[in-house]
Amino acid sequence: MATEWPQTRKTGLADALRGAREMADQHYGIWSWIATVDHKRIGLMYGVTAFIFFLTGGIEALLLRTQLVVPNAGVLNADQYNRILTMHGTTMVFLVIMPLSAAFFNLMTPLMIGARDVAFPRLNAFSYWVFLAGGIFLNVSFFTKNIFSGELGAPDCGWTCYSTLSSKAFSPGHGVDFWALGVQILGIASLASGFNFIVTILNMRAPGMTLFRMPLFVWMTLVTSFLIIFAMPVIAVALFELIFDRLFNANFFNPDKGGNPLLWQHMFWLFGHPEVYILILPAMGIVSEILPTFSRKPLFGYPFVVFSGIAIGFMSWGVWVHHMYTTGLGTVANSAFGISTILIGVPTGVKVLNWMATMWGGSLNLKAPMMFAVGFVAMFTIGGLSGVTHSVVPSDYQQQDTYYVVAHFHYVLFGGAIFALFAGFYYWLPKFTGKLLNDRLGQIHFWLMLIGFNLTFFPMHVSGLLGMPRRISTYSEGQGWDFWNLLSTIGAFTIATSILVFIINFIYSLRRGEAAGYDPWDGRTLEWTIPSPPPHYNFEKIPVVHARDPFWHEKYTEDEEGRPIPVVAGAANGHENEGQEDHGGHGIHMPSPSYFPLIAALGFPIMATGLIYDYALVAVGAAVLFVGIYGWALEPATEGEEA
Amino acid sequence: MAQAVGTAHLETSTGLDNRKLLMWLFLGSECLFFGSLIAAYLLYRDRSVSGPHPGDLFDIPFTSVSAFVLLMSSVSMVLALAAIQRGNVRGMQIWLFTTAVLGLLFLSGQAFEFTEFNHEGLSLSTNLFGTTFFVLTGFHGAHVTIGVLILLSLFTVSLQGRIQQKNSLNVELAGLYWHFVDIVWIVIFTLVYLIQP
Repeated sequence: MATEWPQTRKTGLADALRGAREMADQHYGIWSWIATVDHKRIGLMYGVTAFIFFLTGGIEALLLRTQLVVPNAGVLNADQYNRILTMHGTTMVFLVIMPLSAAFFNLMTPLMIGARDVAFPRLNAFSYWVFLAGGIFLNVSFFTKNIFSGELGAPDCGWTCYSTLSSKAFSPGHGVDFWALGVQILGIASLASGFNFIVTILNMRAPGMTLFRMPLFVWMTLVTSFLIIFAMPVIAVALFELIFDRLFNANFFNPDKGGNPLLWQHMFWLFGHPEVYILILPAMGIVSEILPTFSRKPLFGYPFVVFSGIAIGFMSWGVWVHHMYTTGLGTVANSAFGISTILIGVPTGVKVLNWMATMWGGSLNLKAPMMFAVGFVAMFTIGGLSGVTHSVVPSDYQQQDTYYVVAHFHYVLFGGAIFALFAGFYYWLPKFTGKLLNDRLGQIHFWLMLIGFNLTFFPMHVSGLLGMPRRISTYSEGQGWDFWNLLSTIGAFTIATSILVFIINFIYSLRRGEAAGYDPWDGRTLEWTIPSPPPHYNFEKIPVVHARDPFWHEKYTEDEEGRPIPVVAGAANGHENEGQEDHGGHGIHMPSPSYFPLIAALGFPIMATGLIYDYALVAVGAAVLFVGIYGWALEPATEGEEA
Repeated sequence: MAQAVGTAHLETSTGLDNRKLLMWLFLGSECLFFGSLIAAYLLYRDRSVSGPHPGDLFDIPFTSVSAFVLLMSSVSMVLALAAIQRGNVRGMQIWLFTTAVLGLLFLSGQAFEFTEFNHEGLSLSTNLFGTTFFVLTGFHGAHVTIGVLILLSLFTVSLQGRIQQKNSLNVELAGLYWHFVDIVWIVIFTLVYLIQP
């Protein structure tokens, strides 16, 4: 935690690192990234890391689809299939969608509320390093068996890791240990960033930026962060229970001693359903920024969208049993949770209608970000509708554990979250790279991905209704599933092609991309008032906010019929910066770079490895954590505070 | 310094100090953590298929004394904060140290209790009672341990003259955490020890 000790002397370790630290202070070289506490750099590191994990999880998905392309294919054996399936789900949820959302929280939140950084810059760096450590730790599990002879060491319990599949008896080896400890580490990262962004949003807003002038994305970051800080402790306890069961022979999920495996399901989904909204609310926030910009209209029904987001946040705590209809909780519980699940569709539907009303009558500019945002609305609606069919208990009895469920959650998490995240890339990356992504390649990417996505996941509705169960490593012919599985596999490779197009686009744009300038999209919010890429202090002068969509109101006024007209010729771009001649940031005290967040973060994977292999390492990890935290607490937080 | 980013020197939008808000959010999150652990304990109460059971082991007078010790440490914590807010560094040091000692006393009581229970045949894997009891009270004990470390760190730093009236917030934050851990113990003591089926 940041402290403000009256400084009498430097700490020894900081002295030892002085040379590297000077490099970090100058914002160049590798050390400046390792020690950075700049929210933009941390955001970019989150983005790049999560994208690499996205490719990993994608390759895992391709392996699974290749195995399922025809009946009785021999690409993967059942054991390999289970392990890759588990890692695909875990990776996409914890290492891709959550951290990509975190990347946007980091990149955008301070810029959108007119702040120079987050409330706790070093805690922010700590979140990233812990996330990276947890991600690597999880994936290292692959190599704990002899991978060259085809034995994978990864967990094999599915991303939900249901008890008793996860117990020592049914999952020997260390895969599940790595899973439980890895997800635990990732939870620490999420918690730290959840606290940080709530404080940042509540406390660091520029003058005049009242809560109801905040951009929708910032609102959704706030709601998501609250969900994170309340949901993560629940899964933390569940994971501790699993870890105690596996490593110290406790009985939480041991039926022999009276333990109830259903306890795991309750705790997992009590976390898991808020988690679903942790994954989708940031995506909704991104889309709520892009649709108004490219429709050249304010967001329709701003307060409704905000309150729908808040309502979803609350209601997400009361629907978890719809994952457990078939566990025999009885008709009363099933009916109650069926009703609450239908009800949570209401605020979600309100949002969809508001997005459509935002586009209605607007002058639509169908650039790549807008295409992905519209794609999000359409695909998410399909996923939402199939979700409502799950809420109906008798219908769900038929669909439980079939590919119909797989189709549903990929429509909301891929068709929803991933489409919105790509919309965010096309929209906001130019702010940080300074280069626009190529729009033609962006359109190709969009159409390939849209077609590939529907080709992959729409047939799963059919194969599911035809009775194909989830999580099976192969199937025999003659059940009517062959054709639909073939389509799904072709679709999966189409998606992979579209991702290649994106990567090419990204590299191409870095080299040859059109310069983005301050405001490439005629934007509405504060991030477009500053240069691309922004200086490390963001705002030379902290802006004063007078309205929702502040930058738009700087640029445009309305004529009698409500059409936007420019304020004064020539005042449009960079108006906010008038009178802000560039001082190069002199006199602005920014937080100092620090190595301690990284050192502290390193303690966790060391301790986790120790728990699995050798308790002596636990002490080493604890010592590393200890050094990191004490160094952190005792070093000065801000440049110029050094004596 | 009016332009400094971060925690110090900047008016916040809500008027609440950043670190204080962080601490409150953290404690809110902790409520769910202990809530889940306590829920697991209550769910499995009376479900052990073999003994020993709580009634065979609990020594209520002993645990009442150690609970009293922990409650008194909250009083000394309040006094430490009151002292530094008045600028009385010496008084703060005395009360911080007292708080830490009381915390350590509680922890030794817990260590003694755990050892006793173990001698009487209760381990983590004996039955559901052993599993849920040791994990719940163990995590509480870990929180007290971290609290003691924070208190002793503050005490050490204050010996170098680095805690003054103007940064009494450091003591206040430690106090918030310490009181929370106390309150959790009141809940655990009531639900686990006092209200037995």
